[in-house]
Amino acid sequence: MSDVQTGSLPLRTAQNMIVENDDFADTLVARRPPSRGEVMAEICRQLEPFQTDDGAAITGATVISKDLSIDSLAVMDMVMDLEDQFDVSIPMNVVAEIHTVDELADTILSLSARR
Amino acid sequence: MGLFDRHAGLLDAYRDVRTTGADPFQIRMERVLSATEAVINGRKTLLVGTNNYFGLTFDPSCMEAAIEAIRAEGTGTTGSRIANGSYSEHVALEQEIAEFYGKKHCMVFTTGYQANLGVISTLVAQGDFLLIDADSHASIYDACKMTQAEVVRFKHNDPSSLEARLRRLGDRPGNRLVVLEGIYSMLGDSAPLKEFIDVSKKYGAYVLVDEAHSLGALGEHGRGLCESTGVLDDCHFIVGTFSKTLGAIGGYCVSNDPDFDILRVTVRSYMFTASLPPSIVASVRQALRVVKARPELRTKLWENVATLYDGLAARGFKLGPEHGPVVGVHLPDRSTAIGFWRAMLDAGVYVNVAVPPATPNGVSLLRCSVSAAHSKEQLAHMIEVMTGIGRQMGLLGPQLRAVAGNR
Repeated sequence: MSDVQTGSLPLRTAQNMIVENDDFADTLVARRPPSRGEVMAEICRQLEPFQTDDGAAITGATVISKDLSIDSLAVMDMVMDLEDQFDVSIPMNVVAEIHTVDELADTILSLSARR
Repeated sequence: MGLFDRHAGLLDAYRDVRTTGADPFQIRMERVLSATEAVINGRKTLLVGTNNYFGLTFDPSCMEAAIEAIRAEGTGTTGSRIANGSYSEHVALEQEIAEFYGKKHCMVFTTGYQANLGVISTLVAQGDFLLIDADSHASIYDACKMTQAEVVRFKHNDPSSLEARLRRLGDRPGNRLVVLEGIYSMLGDSAPLKEFIDVSKKYGAYVLVDEAHSLGALGEHGRGLCESTGVLDDCHFIVGTFSKTLGAIGGYCVSNDPDFDILRVTVRSYMFTASLPPSIVASVRQALRVVKARPELRTKLWENVATLYDGLAARGFKLGPEHGPVVGVHLPDRSTAIGFWRAMLDAGVYVNVAVPPATPNGVSLLRCSVSAAHSKEQLAHMIEVMTGIGRQMGLLGPQLRAVAGNR
């Protein structure tokens, strides 16, 4: 989890100073695009409560709607939380195309890179 | 794979519900006696789940207007407005609703569902952005599936969540349309509309408010949340329904946009369905007159809301966050909610049961809707019945009281 620790180091650039003084305290504003490790860790944390009884670990290949006991509404609510964690918006039609944890992570990473 | 195999899980769950007692999703009213009573399973039953907020389904003046219209113009229009033309009364109804809101334009639809579906899906297109509350009605979600615009959900009743999403759009070109509801249909809570309007203005977004459950109930003249929060002029589009306070069926959208009428030849749910029959148009026009002429119905509605909400809260039930014509009673899970609902029906009180996935956050609810037509005695009886069942089911023990006390 070294990625996560690195991610918490604030980088003091002019742009970041502006962001820090912004009034969007509701949003955890990422100071740089997050690493894949950070995104995966957060997704796994959010999905943990929905693990099935067979105890299979959540991996990149986990199919969210099939391998976990989570309904589509709960998936959309989780996506909303992830959006705010990583300061990206994932359109609903894009969410509909996401099946695996890997695909969700890729989507978040590509959206934050575009920011 | 068979056509119905994909519903296997739902079929199982539904079979469990149907084989263990009365089916909450196929209740039959053998005879409707009034705005507040019907015969169900051979028994006279108190209705506290019909969205009949002013009790106008049995208003004599509305009934007479409908009967007269049938005699004068027949039972139906047998076609759509664009193919078969409008009746003078359709146009008159649209003018009257536009005047009611002080807006220039109004379009009437055959249902409220079709109004949301058609207007929302047509106003935004490829390259635009549609921002919807997470707890939006199914008609709004279905509209999202029909548009090529990018759709983003924000947290229920949370203006800062909307703001974060508008901010993230940055300077991307394209219109932004924010969709809100006056009163949410499951828990009866209202949107913080003023705050939502301020955020929307800051980012140049259009606002559409669905006043389905708030028409008549909110505002000095009953125009809804837009009126009670003083933002009528800031709402670009107001949608509503004739099927609740106005006691019939149909939907509408009002706006001041000078080009609004182009929607008549672009909104498919308006163009390709039969228009409202003369009887409905006539009773709705009369119901709107009643709403304007009898503000005491609104006063009575809110008195009744207070009676039911405060009565249930005092007995230890966990309710929606605020007084509203919809009172949502939280129950621990789906089977408890259905069991509670059946016990109430057996005791002669009809409410709605709402369980996931039709509810926000996976909650299970008994959904009660209050009417100005309810008497104090009816509501007192309802509270007694619910309390008795709650106690028998062990739901009003110290635990639930503690939960209610913490609110």
